[in-house]
Amino acid sequence: MDAVTPPASVEPELRPPSIALGEDRPEAIELRLAGHWRLDQRIPPLSDAAALIDRALARSPTQTSDHASDQTPDQDRPLRFETSELLDWDSALVTFVAGIDRLCHARALQCDHDALPHGLRRLLEMARNIPPAPEQETHDRGPGFVTRIGLDLADLVRSTGEIMAFFGEGAIAVRHFLAGRARYRKSELWVIIQESGADALPIISLVSFLVGMILGYIGDQQLAQFGARIFVADLVGLATVIQMGALITGIVLAGRTGAAFAARIGTMQVNEEIDALRTFGIPPMEFLVLPRMLALILMTPLLTLYADLLGILGGLFVGTVVGGVSLTAYLIQTQAAIGWNHIIQGLISATVYGAIVAASGCLRGMQCGRSAAAVGEATTSAVVTAIVFIVIAAAVLTVIFNAIGLSG
Amino acid sequence: MSTHIQTPPETDATPATPDVVIQVEDVTLGYGSTLIQQGLDFVIHSGDVFIIMGGSGCGKSTVMRALTGLLAPQQGRILLHDQSLWESSEEARVQLLRKIGVMYQSGALWSSMTLEENVALPLEQYTRLSRQQICELAEYKLALVGLADFGDYYPGQISGGMRKRVGVARAMALDPDILFFDEPSAGLDPLSARRLDDLILELRDSLGTTMVVITHDLDSLFLIGDDAVFLDAETRTLLTSGNPKQLRDHSEIAEVRAFLRRGEP
Repeated sequence: MDAVTPPASVEPELRPPSIALGEDRPEAIELRLAGHWRLDQRIPPLSDAAALIDRALARSPTQTSDHASDQTPDQDRPLRFETSELLDWDSALVTFVAGIDRLCHARALQCDHDALPHGLRRLLEMARNIPPAPEQETHDRGPGFVTRIGLDLADLVRSTGEIMAFFGEGAIAVRHFLAGRARYRKSELWVIIQESGADALPIISLVSFLVGMILGYIGDQQLAQFGARIFVADLVGLATVIQMGALITGIVLAGRTGAAFAARIGTMQVNEEIDALRTFGIPPMEFLVLPRMLALILMTPLLTLYADLLGILGGLFVGTVVGGVSLTAYLIQTQAAIGWNHIIQGLISATVYGAIVAASGCLRGMQCGRSAAAVGEATTSAVVTAIVFIVIAAAVLTVIFNAIGLSG
Repeated sequence: MSTHIQTPPETDATPATPDVVIQVEDVTLGYGSTLIQQGLDFVIHSGDVFIIMGGSGCGKSTVMRALTGLLAPQQGRILLHDQSLWESSEEARVQLLRKIGVMYQSGALWSSMTLEENVALPLEQYTRLSRQQICELAEYKLALVGLADFGDYYPGQISGGMRKRVGVARAMALDPDILFFDEPSAGLDPLSARRLDDLILELRDSLGTTMVVITHDLDSLFLIGDDAVFLDAETRTLLTSGNPKQLRDHSEIAEVRAFLRRGEP
């Protein structure tokens, strides 16, 4: 069989790779490799080689019977390569020959590499000598459905344990703090207070003013139908002070500060900085988590008061400009509507939200694995955990406040 | 492959001889069901530079985590100055761990603090020295590692080699008896790596500190090592122990010879 000859007109220096059976010999099946076996060429599919080998095997008995010697079974004839017309090669040929090796193996044929270029033989040898990966109980197709449920459940139990341990260590840290023995740096506490408190003022201003305006608009449209536009002041004031101010602050802090805590502590985990603290006998719980908890428990109520004020201003803006209520009337109405019990509800909620944000940020940071991807996951998870628990806490607190008659 | 374990020459000193600082007795280490090393048995003598060596993934760093109080062994005992590290109460362990200092592979400096604050923090936590005294001590430790004028820099502003040096200074902050080094020469150019080796030897000679060095840098371990253990990744055991140069010349174990002779059998 002859190799397919390329048209001579195009690029005479590049001959497409080809494969063909060589002259039939009694002692071997010969595969002729010719042309430029390079990755930028169109490499023949391995099935071509398989077809050629099978053809050689099929016709061999008749051919060998002519020969003087006894009929040799095909398996005794090795496969050989003929490479006199092989012009160039790279890993395209290496993988192709490796494929032929597999074909021969499947047909119990010997594959003789002697005619191949020396470098190619070495590359094949290297690829074959890769030590097998250390034995692991590998699940080839991934765990099945039932296994996965089991694994997830085990995971849940383990992470619940971790969370319990976190809060246990946290309780010990608080005890040390109350006894004045906690190991943390006061200067760092002030920095965290500034970063999580004062630095959050602009975004809290913007969000709460706008939410106040939105509440004002909705209230104004509805109340105007009853000619009771002045009650916008009650609506905006109460909604903001009881719940919205704290909720806005909590959610903004979850995205802003909780994420920062998780990323910061997670990165420290990656850099072995937490290990370094531990070997010095400094509990990371006291050194890293405690100041962050303190900072947020202190700052969230303050930020909430500020958010309340801005929210009321947003309502006032709509009430006076759109609703036409006079400034004094609006302020007096607001003052009359809001009692201390409402403000206290908001502040208690805020404290709880602050603790939730700090705890989830620090927890996810401490649980962080040792890679950049793990830091990303920790950050995401911190924000999600914080927001979920803030909303749950808001619902629970509302029920409690109603039950103890604080909202009356 | 030979799994023959050459008996370490120190075994005659099983009960605590005065100069033994760390005893590891039949320790098995792992994470959950993943086994890292089993049946570890060795002692570290005071004033030695002790090398923990072995190929990548053999558990060198895990052994260090166990010796420095970060990972409890699944089995066996680790004695630090004749006190069991992992059977002690939390408080006692913290006290024990104050006798050791660790230089982590990347330095692990606290990134939010200046170099001087990094060195000063352990002093602030554990001593009743005045602010002024702590500053002077921190400056002195930084000077010891050749970084006297860098106290006000942050870890992000200095090179990897300098970070490791500050890691050494911080590890020495409380004047520990034992200093651990996790791959001191990793990621350093040959010259900086040798300078770190010189620093290790100099500190050992001048302060008498016991040095435990995890490394697979041959130049370094022949230069500084007095004693060594060789951990094997395949059998997950300690293959042999002894002086690195003698192991290179006389070890009967092919893997150890191959490792120490850069791949010759």
